[in-house]
Amino acid sequence: MNSLDEIIQYSKQAAFDLNFASAKKWRSEDPSRILLGFLPVYFPREIAHAANGLAVGIMGAGDRLQIIKGDAYYQSYICHMPRGVIEMALNGNLDEFDGFIFPSICDVIRNLSGMFQLLGKGKFVKYLDFPQNFSSHIGGEFYHNELHQVIDQMHKINGIKIRPEQLNKAIQLYNKNRNLIVQICDLKQEFPWRITTEDFYYILRTGLFIPVEQHNQILEDTFRFLQEDIGEPMDNIKVVVSGAFCEQPPIGLIKTIEMAGCYIVDDDFMLGSRWMEENVEENTDDPLKALVEAYLNKSTFSSTIYDVDNPKGKRLVQQVKKRNADGIIFAAPSFCDPALLDRPTLQKACDEAGIRHINFQYHENIGQFKVIKEQVGAFSDSIKLWEEPVAEVRNLSEKNTNI
Amino acid sequence: MPDKQVAKEQSMILQKNMLARLFKELSTAKGTGKKVVYTFVPGNLSELILAFDMLPVYPEINALQSGMRKKSRDFIRDAEKAGHSEDVCTYVKCDIGMMLNGNIGPTGEKLPDPDLLLLSYTGCFTFMKWFENLERLYPGVQVAMLHTPYQEGGKITPEMVQYMVKQLKEEVIPKMEKVSGKKFDQTKLAEILENSRKSQDLITQIFDSTKNKPSPIDAYFAGVYYIGPINVGFRGTVEAVEYYQELYNEVQNRVEKGLGPVTPEGEIEEERFRLVVEGPPNWTHFREFWSLFYNMGAVIVASSYTKVGGVYDWGFRHNPQKPLESLAEYCMNCYTNLNLTQRIDLLEKCIKDYQADGFLINSIKSCNSFSAGQLFMMRILEDKLGIPVGFIESDLVDPRYFSYSNIKNRLDSFFQMLDQRKIIQKQQEIAT
Repeated sequence: MNSLDEIIQYSKQAAFDLNFASAKKWRSEDPSRILLGFLPVYFPREIAHAANGLAVGIMGAGDRLQIIKGDAYYQSYICHMPRGVIEMALNGNLDEFDGFIFPSICDVIRNLSGMFQLLGKGKFVKYLDFPQNFSSHIGGEFYHNELHQVIDQMHKINGIKIRPEQLNKAIQLYNKNRNLIVQICDLKQEFPWRITTEDFYYILRTGLFIPVEQHNQILEDTFRFLQEDIGEPMDNIKVVVSGAFCEQPPIGLIKTIEMAGCYIVDDDFMLGSRWMEENVEENTDDPLKALVEAYLNKSTFSSTIYDVDNPKGKRLVQQVKKRNADGIIFAAPSFCDPALLDRPTLQKACDEAGIRHINFQYHENIGQFKVIKEQVGAFSDSIKLWEEPVAEVRNLSEKNTNI
Repeated sequence: MPDKQVAKEQSMILQKNMLARLFKELSTAKGTGKKVVYTFVPGNLSELILAFDMLPVYPEINALQSGMRKKSRDFIRDAEKAGHSEDVCTYVKCDIGMMLNGNIGPTGEKLPDPDLLLLSYTGCFTFMKWFENLERLYPGVQVAMLHTPYQEGGKITPEMVQYMVKQLKEEVIPKMEKVSGKKFDQTKLAEILENSRKSQDLITQIFDSTKNKPSPIDAYFAGVYYIGPINVGFRGTVEAVEYYQELYNEVQNRVEKGLGPVTPEGEIEEERFRLVVEGPPNWTHFREFWSLFYNMGAVIVASSYTKVGGVYDWGFRHNPQKPLESLAEYCMNCYTNLNLTQRIDLLEKCIKDYQADGFLINSIKSCNSFSAGQLFMMRILEDKLGIPVGFIESDLVDPRYFSYSNIKNRLDSFFQMLDQRKIIQKQQEIAT
């Protein structure tokens, strides 16, 4: 594309196409192509790619769809995201999908997989049980088998048997995708005024709807345009946003945080797009094993992973330091047990590391941001106005303690 | 309903003594050197814990007891003050609040700190978060994680069993050996499993007694007491077998005499409605909640909640010949580890086998594992069986979510519907 603006305008449309028109068009161009929908957080899209498929992220309906039928399926105390998914399923938005993947992230998504089974959606519905045991020969073997089940289902649909070279190629493409995302994130950390998080969010989210080759091109273009010295720095603080790995925040919420005086230098929006912290091994004889090992050993931290051996509080603090952020905003969806049950522990880790934080809850279709804007604005102001004196007081207090 | 003092049956006394002994042992564990394992009811590995002579503590049982003892409100408040959201599971918050307040158990004595956190991660994602929180409250404690695969395909595959057996062999048992200082004894485990099998046979027959009219038991409100020993560490003991034998005899005696269930206010003299209930009960107002049913002559002939610690209806029994495989299969067979289709099938079987007049869901705010999908399940059962259905909402141990009048209004409408249906059915019978 010819300009950053053009990319953003395209992505704005593509990222919220709840009819999945471009993905369906892609599928219709070749009868052997298959379309898979996957729920948050992570799914190794490489295996779909290698089977001439496209794995499309189903991230909920956000604030783009009025929920009528979906509310009849869920009690008021269950998060909002599955209502939009059911609404889309019942409205026929997902009719041309061949299969659905429900990663094991919480009980709500787990039971949603059962609802899809009962509704008879797709040619298969797979609850992908990610192992919580991270030994290669225990959890690894189990996960290998889980992935094989997905591969078998795809094979039943289009008869394509995945060859190692195809899977290796897919791994390379998705490694490239992740590396480009990380490069842009790094650049955005250094020059956050060059692109807003809102605009980058559109670009990132678009990647869940289109073929990876196409998204890589968009990311390369974006990276190139961001090399230019564009935009004006503002007197904003830098924050990391944590807790939004599944139900996505509405765009209005991201805008609100930015308008309240924050540069978001890292977050967990669409975390699955950069789930791997390092490249999956390329060009191996057993690329499926490479994907398995990558999940066991290279995954980022998340509330969906049992973390006793590598606590996520410690990893969040490292992330804040790496991003040179001034504080953390804990923004989790209402009724999200995984995110909300982690919050006290993460906050404690922040307190111990002297990192400032605030928290609030949202749901994907909230429309009122005034209170959040005031809260975030006060947080930003407090850091801008008082950071140095507070640090000095802390140093003084430490000195007094030593005396 | 006669207003009379209800005499305690022998099985009640047996259970009370068993629990008193367990809590006594727990209170003296640090002195006696017995090691203490914190674990969960669904997918509990009672037999393994017994094989290592360790003592179990069940945080969700502590929470429900706190609820019944009216302590949970303050515990939840304290956990929320410590940063927990109002939205999350109240069992977790109640347990954390209890710990913040000295971890005093139901007997008024302090529960010992855990020597081992045994996370049997079965059918509930929140269990995992719960134990991550506990691990941080007891820094340095040994932790063993047993990941139970979900029955997403409606069956247990050899790969699922193999995954669990490997975890047991390479992670759980070595950790238990380390904590207890004892070697794993497979023969001893097999003997314990033989007792489990006997208890499972008996409890299945006890719950099956609701086929009788009138039903001799209430399989929900009284059922939660019946599942006590088999769920809280006694499964596999001779005591448990004796308890279930005694209970079975008592139930048979009631069947022979044509008696209905015993409630806190005496026997139900007229069984007006037979119900199947899905979902856990509310604990903070347990007796009031129950009275809403027995005052109307409503008897619960089957409930899904009494299957959270194991589903025995389809024939599963622990197998001493294949001890680890059978532990794995047990874990995977717990109710909340079944997929929605299996849950519907099981409820349908209960409705048919026990000739229920209606199906009721008590949807629990705290428990997504149960609650997510219940409205859809209800609609399917209604369509398939043409049975009247009802839906009420409450919580496990958060009294803020128990509204007596709301629940009563809904139940009154539900019972009226059942009454009406009976009248229509009678008229149809006469007409034909």
